[in-house]
Amino acid sequence: MKILVPVKRVIDYNVKVKVKSDGTGVDLANVKMSMNPFDEISVEAAIRLKEAGIASEVIVVSIGEKKSTETLRTALAMGADRGILVEADAGGDIEPLTVAKILARIVADEQPQLVILGKQAIDNDMNATGQMLAALLGWGQATFASELKIEDGKAHVTREVDGGLQTITVALPAIITTDLRLNEPRYASLPNIMKAKKKPVEEKTAADYGVDTALRLKVIATEEPAGRAAGIKVGSVSELVEKLKETGMV
Amino acid sequence: MSVLLLAEVSGGELALDATAKTATAAAQLGEVTAIVCGTAAAADAAAKIAGVSKVLLCEDAAVANGLAENVARLIMDHSAGVTHIVAPANNSGKNVLPRVAALLDAMVITDVIEVLDAKTFKRPIYAGNAIQTVESQDAVKVLSVRTAAFDAAAEGAAAPVQVVALGETSTLSAHVEDKVIKNDRPELSSAKIVVSGGRGVGSQADFALISGLADKIGAAVGASRAAVDSGFAANDLQVGQTGKVVAPDLYIAVGVSGAIQHLAGMKDSKVIVAINKDEEAPIFQIADYGLVADLFEAVPELTGKL
Ligand SMILES: Cc1cc2nc3c(=O)[nH]c(=O)nc-3n(C[C@H](O)[C@H](O)[C@H](O)COP(=O)(O)OP(=O)(O)OC[C@H]3O[C@@H](n4cnc5c(N)ncnc54)[C@H](O)[C@@H]3O)c2cc1C
Ligand SMILES: Nc1ncnc2c1ncn2[C@@H]1O[C@H](COP(=O)(O)O)[C@@H](O)[C@H]1O
Repeated sequence: MKILVPVKRVIDYNVKVKVKSDGTGVDLANVKMSMNPFDEISVEAAIRLKEAGIASEVIVVSIGEKKSTETLRTALAMGADRGILVEADAGGDIEPLTVAKILARIVADEQPQLVILGKQAIDNDMNATGQMLAALLGWGQATFASELKIEDGKAHVTREVDGGLQTITVALPAIITTDLRLNEPRYASLPNIMKAKKKPVEEKTAADYGVDTALRLKVIATEEPAGRAAGIKVGSVSELVEKLKETGMV
Repeated sequence: MSVLLLAEVSGGELALDATAKTATAAAQLGEVTAIVCGTAAAADAAAKIAGVSKVLLCEDAAVANGLAENVARLIMDHSAGVTHIVAPANNSGKNVLPRVAALLDAMVITDVIEVLDAKTFKRPIYAGNAIQTVESQDAVKVLSVRTAAFDAAAEGAAAPVQVVALGETSTLSAHVEDKVIKNDRPELSSAKIVVSGGRGVGSQADFALISGLADKIGAAVGASRAAVDSGFAANDLQVGQTGKVVAPDLYIAVGVSGAIQHLAGMKDSKVIVAINKDEEAPIFQIADYGLVADLFEAVPELTGKL
């Protein structure tokens, strides 16, 4: 079976973003960009299923500006087989609903049995695309996966839920979204990075799929969060206890 | 304006705090009908929340475990004429709402922290390093509410409860088991005090220092991602951008460095205390009271003196 893994190019998780002074967004000029960390986990999960002989092919897809090709190359260097770049410009971050609509069209073309997405993109923090794609396809979904096994035509998934863990099964084809504890993604080796340069990447546009990229959430303003007033250092545990007693909370 | 509110239910019981906080946000949007997938007792509890004018109770086993396909279907069955669909922005709400939104061809608005008007909302992006104001262009607005940003609605209403059935059951997914860790501590998202441990605590055994301090002062226990990944604490105790967001009256961070992703989950706490042996640790930049000390000495002493 084929596995489709959508990967998003986002600001690197180590970068502290700054809001532009005119309030039109955050400053992305000259900042380091990387693959969304959850998507690395998804790519790793897919490659492991291929190594286990369960998957036959891992296809990665990225939607956005042309530079997202770099993100696809990273996934190919980890071990994915081929990539699809969908160029799209929404005049802002491409929304999960738009991404899901494009992915639904790719699923119709490629017929994967599994689509493994990250639970959340660390730029927009939406946590939505996988669930939306499942709805559009009428497939079952297992979100926030911390364990994944494929057996007798089903995905057996342990999910991170509010009060602990939940295990469910989902009939294939299915949507999985990955949580942090699913695996530790591998680093691409230099030979694999070289090999990845020769792997095929098909180039498409949102228009090829007939998907309208207009934003449903019009961004009116982007502002800095309120800061905190500077605190103090206490010299001892006793002083800390005193301060805590002053607050009346202990 | 007519709002459908998906109540939070855990083990059949109503999670009152999360639901009442979400109700505060929902009531700003219109008349609220709460959907409860749980027991009659849970529905009765939801019916008491101020601002709730009607409760729909579904006792069908197919929705009892929060399976998204069925809960989304139930919401869709009752969405005629509804202008807003709202749920707490926790894992159960986030599992279901985007599915509902896509079925309505609407974009979900995740983690709303402020309702400006019926179509305009504020939400954090980039781990809370920026706050965006967005205006929805969709006919039905589907939004998850960050409960830490709203006060709980009072009790006092007496809304009628109507029992409803799930029209069509999906068998795409099946529930196998829940592993829920039960203890007597307050629940992390709604606790007044939280004590969190990080990688600095060093081991699962030593994490007892954190829970010991928490128990002494009636606090919930939290953890950094590093502490969870290392197996010191359970997954659902992770505080942060991709874990739980908390805003207690008092947050005590022990052996936590203060990465952006951790701060995203606790920087709106009223009073923040940090105990760390590295005086350069970024957590001190947001702490009201910082103590530079070895936690293995400071925490037992603190627990003893409180
Ligand atoms: C996609 C993604 C999502 C993430 N989501 C989250 C999230 O939701 N929540 C989260 O917390 N993190 C998250 N992280 C991880 C985050 O980036 C940090 O790695 C993590 O928060 C670090 O945890 P820590 O502070 O416990 O560990 P460290 O950064 O290793 O800090 C340990 C601290 O303990 C101190 N210490 C050590 N020994 C002692 C001692 N004896 N006494 C006192 N102090 C001591 C050290 O000085 C140090 O400051 C995420 C990362 C990624 C990439
Ligand atoms: N522009 C995109 N290109 C490829 N995949 C995406 C894109 N946006 C979102 N995704 C996928 O959807 C997941 C969740 O993103 P989000 O719903 O935006 O938080 C990500 O981890 C990716 O797997």
